[in-house]
Amino acid sequence: MDNIAGTKSTLTWAVNLSVVALVFLWLFPTLGLFVSSFRTGDQISASGWWKSMFPSEQNYTLRSAAPDTQVQEGALYVIEGNLFAEGKGGEISVWGISSKEIDSFVPGDTAELRKGGTVTVDAAGNYRMENTEPFEGSRGTRVFVTAVSPPEFTTENYGRVLFSGSGNDKMAKAFFNTLTVTIPATIIPIVVAAFAAYALAWMDFRGRALLIAMVVGLLVVPLQLALIPLLKFHNGIGIGKGYLGVWMAHTGFGLPLAIYLLRNYMVGLPRDIIENARVDGATDFQVFTKIILPLSFPALASFAIFQFLWTWNDLLVAKVFLIDATGETTVMTNQIVELLGTRGGNWEILATAAFVSIAVPLGVFFAMQKYLVRGLLAGSVK
Amino acid sequence: MSGVTLNQAIKRYGDVQVIHGVDLEIEDGEFCVFVGPSGCGKSTLLRMIAGLEETTAGKIAIGGRDVTDVDPADRGVAMVFQTYALYPHMTVEENMGFGLKMNGMPKAEVAEKVGKAAEILQLGDYMKRKPKALSGGQRQRVAIGRAITRGPDVFLFDEPLSNLDAELRVDMRVEISRLHNEIGATMIYVTHDQVEAMTLADKIVVLRAGHIEQVGSPMDLYQDPDNKFVAGFIGSPSMNFMQGVVEGGKVRLPALGDALVQAQVALPGDGAAVTVGLRPQNLKLVADDASPIVVDISERLGGVAYDYLDTPTGERIVVETKGDDVQPAGANVTLDFDPATAMFFDTTTEARLR
Repeated sequence: MDNIAGTKSTLTWAVNLSVVALVFLWLFPTLGLFVSSFRTGDQISASGWWKSMFPSEQNYTLRSAAPDTQVQEGALYVIEGNLFAEGKGGEISVWGISSKEIDSFVPGDTAELRKGGTVTVDAAGNYRMENTEPFEGSRGTRVFVTAVSPPEFTTENYGRVLFSGSGNDKMAKAFFNTLTVTIPATIIPIVVAAFAAYALAWMDFRGRALLIAMVVGLLVVPLQLALIPLLKFHNGIGIGKGYLGVWMAHTGFGLPLAIYLLRNYMVGLPRDIIENARVDGATDFQVFTKIILPLSFPALASFAIFQFLWTWNDLLVAKVFLIDATGETTVMTNQIVELLGTRGGNWEILATAAFVSIAVPLGVFFAMQKYLVRGLLAGSVK
Repeated sequence: MSGVTLNQAIKRYGDVQVIHGVDLEIEDGEFCVFVGPSGCGKSTLLRMIAGLEETTAGKIAIGGRDVTDVDPADRGVAMVFQTYALYPHMTVEENMGFGLKMNGMPKAEVAEKVGKAAEILQLGDYMKRKPKALSGGQRQRVAIGRAITRGPDVFLFDEPLSNLDAELRVDMRVEISRLHNEIGATMIYVTHDQVEAMTLADKIVVLRAGHIEQVGSPMDLYQDPDNKFVAGFIGSPSMNFMQGVVEGGKVRLPALGDALVQAQVALPGDGAAVTVGLRPQNLKLVADDASPIVVDISERLGGVAYDYLDTPTGERIVVETKGDDVQPAGANVTLDFDPATAMFFDTTTEARLR
């Protein structure tokens, strides 16, 4: 009884566990990237992104205002202000004036400064330095505080990466370049492949089987094989490096799979429907546009998602066929690679750039995923 | 005039010939049913008339026009498929109007014709629905409606009712019959269900292995079959066949305890083997403890019962009994029948002896 088809497998738990593990494996870095992109560089280096959701206890090295801001109140020279003037906030739990003993005082205490004078710090970071002599030196005195900061997020990174950044930081141009590559490189192969797939599935002509076999054969040819000859060819016919070239390259590399997928889907459409359309007087072209295309929508959508994702994420083809020395036509993947070199330590910029490039594919996937699972054929034949 | 004429129509797939030179004349306005066991070529023949299968050799004419090499769309035919073949992405209305739209008819005219067809089939309430929101019977009605809308010379039905449940099948059968009376167009109908064939047809064409076995009206085929195949195929339950030997102008039947049957036809010489056919309806059971024939199973259907008998020769006989005089299983019986109802067939050629 256990092995009858259709009964629940005893290994269901293994399947479920694997799925959960895979989901976490994918979600975890994505979420980390997302959270990190809203944090400042200091926050990223101070604590992990998973701690950013909660109030955190952090040590800061802060500086009072410089001696030239001192005012004289009677016999005392006074410097007043707030240590958190730079936009940080929090509640100070302990503080100190030496890097060796950063927890020697509690808020409200008064500490003797080494160079003379005293300093008082309260929980909100307000301080008051007093001395009978004028304070000297060009910089303020250092105060080490341990403060509990509320969670804090900023959209500054996005502003910087998308609009205001300079040089390599600015992704807006690369973003639109990527769109310029991706959209035609998705539409052209689908249009071509849909026609080809219909012919290979439903039109009788000599050599059809051979053509299908060739398409399947092309599936296993790695695209690296064609890079140099194709580039030479493009240069030879005068296209050179540019959008036209990269569209054609993506189309060519995408077509075998597109034709194969769409043909397999179309060949599974009920023959009766197509024959009925023929009896109804539809020409081959009308059968294609009025019957086959609407019914193939799930297959078209799923291939569109695939093609969009890998042209969006493509670096190799863009490098070979598009990006030239001027850098005017750089795409996002290339920009991120360059960022890794120039801004390797600035995780906030890298995380934001990565998330900008991941956002569109995510959007596309969630918008179209129902077409991946929807059976448009329900109800046509019994 | 929209009769259909087939002249030596032949269909080959590579080296395999599936239709062997069929000659057939279907009159204008006739309801013609192709019937036969599965694989006999009846659907292929229909598709050849529709133009969906190429005719390898021979001629097909519709309304006197040679259409052998004409596109399906230009033959003036409409086809109803077993699977309905509705366009799943279109509403009922669009489904029915598709053919006319493809022929470039103006929208208003299409709407009018669709409305008329919908009225005939009482589809008015469903016009805006998609096929998946319809039941099996409604889908089939839409498929028929789509055929009507085109106003063809010839309707082709390819086992249109075999996907429906028994009750709906009876309803649709009546509806198709009504439709034929109303429209009066030529209809060709393929089925393997001989009840549909008997009830609908003006003319039945019995096919076997790509050959026409017999053509005729339903009662002709029932009462006067040309050969053993047609006799066995038409009628339900099917005719009982028993081996017999000719003996002095009579036929001895070992299965019935060497009973002698008086034949009113020209029999071959003494000792020749013949097959005797007896319809279950023409047999009567008589209880007889001395008889070697035993009732095996008895199926009671209410009004009638079918008794399955075991004979000493191993041949099984079905008897239709009416009323309540049913013999219990295991009872010994003899059979009583009018010799005039027996049919005789040549055992080797299976042809009817007349």
